[in-house]
Amino acid sequence: MVAKEFVQMRRDRLTFAMLIGIPLLQTVLFGYAINSDPRHLPLAVLSGDNSPFSRSLIAAMQTSSYFDLVRTLSSRGEADRALDLGEVQFVLTIPEGFGRSLLRGERPVLLLEADATDPGATSGALTAFRALAVRALARDLSGPPSSLLPGEDPVTVRVHAQYNPEAVTRYNIVPGLMGTILTLTLVMITALAITRERERGTMENLLTTPVRPLEVMLGKIVPYILVGYLQMGLILLAARYLFDVPFHGSVVLVLLLSVFFIAANLTVGVTISTLVRNQLQALQLSVFFFLPSLLLSGFMFPFRGMPEWAQAVGSVLPLTHYLRIVRGVLLKGNGVAEALVHLWPIAAFWLAVIGIGLKRFRRTLD
Amino acid sequence: MADPVIDVSGVTKSFGGRTVVDRLDMRVERGEIYGFLGPNGSGKTTFIRMLCGLLRPDAGGGTCLGYDILTEGDRIKPHVGYMAQRFSLYEDLTVRENLMFMASVYGVRRPRRVVAEIMERMELGRFSGILAGGLSGGWKQRLALAGCMLHEPRLLLLDEPTAGVDPGARREFWDQVHGLAAAGVTTLISTHYMDEAERCHRLAYIAYGRLLARGGVEELVAGSGLSTWLVKGPGAHEAKVRLEADERVEQVVAFGNTLHVSGPDAAAVERAAREAAGPGARVEPGETSLEEVFIQLMRGAVKP
Repeated sequence: MVAKEFVQMRRDRLTFAMLIGIPLLQTVLFGYAINSDPRHLPLAVLSGDNSPFSRSLIAAMQTSSYFDLVRTLSSRGEADRALDLGEVQFVLTIPEGFGRSLLRGERPVLLLEADATDPGATSGALTAFRALAVRALARDLSGPPSSLLPGEDPVTVRVHAQYNPEAVTRYNIVPGLMGTILTLTLVMITALAITRERERGTMENLLTTPVRPLEVMLGKIVPYILVGYLQMGLILLAARYLFDVPFHGSVVLVLLLSVFFIAANLTVGVTISTLVRNQLQALQLSVFFFLPSLLLSGFMFPFRGMPEWAQAVGSVLPLTHYLRIVRGVLLKGNGVAEALVHLWPIAAFWLAVIGIGLKRFRRTLD
Repeated sequence: MADPVIDVSGVTKSFGGRTVVDRLDMRVERGEIYGFLGPNGSGKTTFIRMLCGLLRPDAGGGTCLGYDILTEGDRIKPHVGYMAQRFSLYEDLTVRENLMFMASVYGVRRPRRVVAEIMERMELGRFSGILAGGLSGGWKQRLALAGCMLHEPRLLLLDEPTAGVDPGARREFWDQVHGLAAAGVTTLISTHYMDEAERCHRLAYIAYGRLLARGGVEELVAGSGLSTWLVKGPGAHEAKVRLEADERVEQVVAFGNTLHVSGPDAAAVERAAREAAGPGARVEPGETSLEEVFIQLMRGAVKP
């Protein structure tokens, strides 16, 4: 029995590869990609002050390794847009005449705004910032300019955790869950449904009828698009009424933009079905696609906390961009313009997979 | 009816360097029941799949129903009913649901009426609401045949439709096919049963993807040049052993206490049979059957 099982395992190359590949993939992803205390988060500065104090404050922030200065902003509007689009994680606002009022001991206000849709990504940096700002400025002030009362901080540090001020993790998780569940079920269901037709010989029958291959594919996909919407509806209802997730943006917009994401996942399912021989393999390959989506999309772990290669892989996956769209619209109140930035990678991924699928599908007819 | 329904030549197909169908020609006239025979793995299924557009020939070509099999597959499909070796309808749909689905796939007009008619004709009515997966082998075959007749095809391609079906159900199945032939439907049917082969108008026998013989039953028997004598009575087993070693005899087959002894030279076979027959056994002239013809053909086939 044991020997026979091993012989069969060896015959089924794909299954064998998956038996080795899935644990390997998991180990690598969990081991390397996960970092619950992300560093080098992108920071933009909106500064009205050019004193040595501002410069040394920014320098100190970068030295802390939590922040990377990526942009200098010139207006409030730019700051809001950068946060809405998710281009930067933090915006530091240094008020006009910061240096002067610091010297006068007026305890000027430093404002650090964070995109806290994922509280896990920002909490470490926010905690570090308070201590760091005070320390950096106290050092510069330790000479003659100091006119402050001893034991008092030279600045007032104000931190705004935008979009999710109470740092409720589920606000971030629940919209993310929608994308994750859609990925898992849609990829798997289509891959299995089509493989089943082939396994049972009904595909052979279908292909002798006047139905065209494209019609067969569409016939298999359309019902599951509706299933996808049913799932989304349920999750959105649960998010709103069970978990009290605030909806700042338009739910209709989320539903509309989801078409691309659902279609992309279904196409992955169809393409998987063209690569495998049986339902078991279809299931395994679906998991193989799902795992990186789960781990590298920013759903489970902060995207910016991952090493660059993992971010690169993650940027290809549709779930990564879909999470940004859903979180952006629901939590930040983004509109079409902001969401479109994340839509095209999904569309590109979709087209690429359609290409592979069609090419493979024609070959499997023979 | 001058135009043949199937007229292909030089059809060749290889899989992974192995030639499965090798330069096969075939011509089938309208209303004919054309039997397609050959050992397992001889390329019958592959050839049928090429005719209905499931596979593309590597070389050769021709027409099916007047349309080019290479370029006009889409025009052939609406007029062909294909029945695969394996039951290929949906086991988790009922008999009626399966037929309704097939009717819609073929764009049959007034599907309800057509399905009701077919169910009555094939006596499937009482199984209407039963899941196809729950039917017995014979009824599944009947459902599959019903499924490929809904759109009134002009050509039926049946790939071993009666494998594993009991004799009664097979006979009824063949009665249906003859009824269709009388109505002008052409049938290409592959089978391993000799009694079924004898019910065909014409036959083709292939092995290793090559055509070995074709024609009507009598033609094939005559063409084989075999003569058969029967040895009846006691001592059949001993006689069989002796005859198998005899060069004058090509085949010896036991049917109960009767031996069928065949060979190319009638007189020589008779002499051999008389010499081998034990005391009390009778030797009589017999008729050469298709089975002997095909076994002769198969032995003579050269593996490429």
